[in-house]
Amino acid sequence: MLNSKDLLGIKELSKEEIYLFLDTAAGFKDVIGRDIKKVPALRGKTTVNLFFEPSTRTRTSFELAAKRLSTDVINFSVPTSSVVKGESLIDTALTVQALGADFIIIRHSSSGVPHLLGTKIKASVINAGDGTNEHPTQALLDAFTIKEKKGKIEGLEIAVVGDIAHSRVAKSNIYCLIKLGAKVRLIGPPTLIPKEIEDLGVGIFHNMEEGVRGVDVLMMLRIQMERQDKGFFPSTEEYSRNWCLTTDRLSLAKEDAIVMHPGPMNRGIEIVSEIADGPQSVILEQVTNGIAVRMAVMYLLAGVKR
Amino acid sequence: MKVLIKNGHIIDPSQGIDGVGDIYIESGKIKEINIKSMEHGARSTGQKPQSSDVRIIDASGLLVVPGLVDMHVHLREPGFEYKETIKTGTMAAIKGGFTTVCCMPNTNPVNDHASVTEFIIRKAKQEGHCTVHPIGAITKGQKGEELAEIGTMKNEGCIAFSDDGQPVMNSAMMRRALEYSKAFKVPVISHSEDLTLSDGGVMNEGLTSVTLGLKGIPAEAEQIMIFRDILLAELTGGRLHIAHVSTAGSVHLVREAKQRGINVTAETCPHYFSITEDAVKGYNTNAKVNPPLRTSRDLEAIKEGLRDGAIDVIATDHAPHHIDEKLKPFDMAPFGISGLETALSLSLQLVREGVLTIKELVEKMTLNPAKILGLDKGFLKPGSEAELVVIDENKEFEVKSERFVSKGKNTPFEGRILKGMPVFTFCKGKLYEW
Repeated sequence: MLNSKDLLGIKELSKEEIYLFLDTAAGFKDVIGRDIKKVPALRGKTTVNLFFEPSTRTRTSFELAAKRLSTDVINFSVPTSSVVKGESLIDTALTVQALGADFIIIRHSSSGVPHLLGTKIKASVINAGDGTNEHPTQALLDAFTIKEKKGKIEGLEIAVVGDIAHSRVAKSNIYCLIKLGAKVRLIGPPTLIPKEIEDLGVGIFHNMEEGVRGVDVLMMLRIQMERQDKGFFPSTEEYSRNWCLTTDRLSLAKEDAIVMHPGPMNRGIEIVSEIADGPQSVILEQVTNGIAVRMAVMYLLAGVKR
Repeated sequence: MKVLIKNGHIIDPSQGIDGVGDIYIESGKIKEINIKSMEHGARSTGQKPQSSDVRIIDASGLLVVPGLVDMHVHLREPGFEYKETIKTGTMAAIKGGFTTVCCMPNTNPVNDHASVTEFIIRKAKQEGHCTVHPIGAITKGQKGEELAEIGTMKNEGCIAFSDDGQPVMNSAMMRRALEYSKAFKVPVISHSEDLTLSDGGVMNEGLTSVTLGLKGIPAEAEQIMIFRDILLAELTGGRLHIAHVSTAGSVHLVREAKQRGINVTAETCPHYFSITEDAVKGYNTNAKVNPPLRTSRDLEAIKEGLRDGAIDVIATDHAPHHIDEKLKPFDMAPFGISGLETALSLSLQLVREGVLTIKELVEKMTLNPAKILGLDKGFLKPGSEAELVVIDENKEFEVKSERFVSKGKNTPFEGRILKGMPVFTFCKGKLYEW
């Protein structure tokens, strides 16, 4: 059983809870592979997508997951909302709750916003990405994909490559993979890997060739172009020369290594097209699995006693 | 009003008084002090009077010390009366045992002109429960571009100058401030923060900031500026005081500067020797303060600095905010802790831990700030205004912000059981008790 009505982050989950999500997702993956992709599990419930940051992929994935569980879905996006009129975050959330929301899927540019809402409202709060803190459903779908491809997670050598410092995807994946017993290494320029993160029990490599050697899984992160303006690296060209996943570099990994990316990709900057579209890429499967995992999350949270 | 405080443990570091005795107050002034048993030094003045219209307070087992002097508060008036007013802030001071507070200039308008100084002083005389001394801005609008009229503001009543909350980033401007202020014998108080390095950070930089996904402020952002200002004080011979020291490295820099004979003093605040960055976990905006709460290593170094004298003063940096502001997402909430009503209890913990003697603690909360600011305060002497506080060192209470008299309920100590609190404060001819 789950401990909380909310999914705020992987940090807050136990290993058992993570596996419960993954196992439940396997069942839903069967559902969405069928001709009729919908189950009546949560009919009558209401889901509100409360996105304070632009998002197409994650919002669409949650929307589909909610619809396939037969909940009613409302997309509450910032430009049309009263937030621009100066309404406080908590007032917005309380309003959404008063409209009858059972699930509030929230994305916000400030870390900790889902935690703040979770204490103030009765609906289940699902973190769809908060600041540079966490993106727990992405980590769950990544773990689901790895387990599906490799049969297990424990003991695997997994490299996360890119802007670790500003990536909530990286953070959630690090917590998740460590809890599940993988050996995690981080690769990237020192400006984008906070040195303190080593204390979590991960290895740090600044040289891509050394970092890639012998890994089972490569998780590439999207490089945000605006980091260049802040001096984290001098140019995308130099970044790419040093940390782009090329076929030469991929050949240093295990022969059956898989390559992941949360999307959207900067082709030619952090990953070359030959790999993104190649046989070792599981990038599109991640997208499909995302729906199953998000269905599992909503389904299990609905069952939490409160 | 006539008040006789009997059998209290009287401590006045300025005269070396540390013993049991009586204090007799008449018409708001200390009339007589009679020390019966001295632990250190000896002094006795006459016999206490006996008459029926005297309010007698039995202070057996209680401490009687000079009214505390807080050289760093934000009273928010004018401009931010929804956060705090001179009236509520000075009431909070009295409740915390403070009889003198010095308010920072980041009001609206900024206290960068004698007219604002005059307003604050007039308002404090009308509505203030304790004495208020304004601190003027170093630069106009705290913008760091043009010197404020330091001389004129001093004549109007400003006792020190600071752009608190906004560091003077321009080194030439800070140099001028330290030079120019010498003409008026006023200290320049440095809010030491290299803004290009803190760069929008919201908590201490380290593993905790990484795992919370919050932007960190490295200790070096504070230390670089402290070192710069120490060098500028050395260059100019100006009178420099460092506000709210929070890191081990800062303590080291101040200690070393003092050893080199540079004219620098420093303060810290109770939260820097009581709690660490762990208090931020769970995105507790009430633990968001600038400089940020640091690590246990820094906390220990602050204590050591207090012990060996590197840090002269304990000030509150009382920074009240409205609850709606602290209910924002962590990175958008304002910095600040409402500190007047917990400061003394948190500081008494230093005595219980053996970091300071009670006499040293009283010195850092009365005489030392008074000396730095050139105030004729921080002592108990016959003939002087009666500003004193009676403290029950053993009285425990639970911190409940709803009971704060300050408008600012923003405390990271909510629910904590603290030990030691003022039971009587005497100020401006009035006796307050709780």
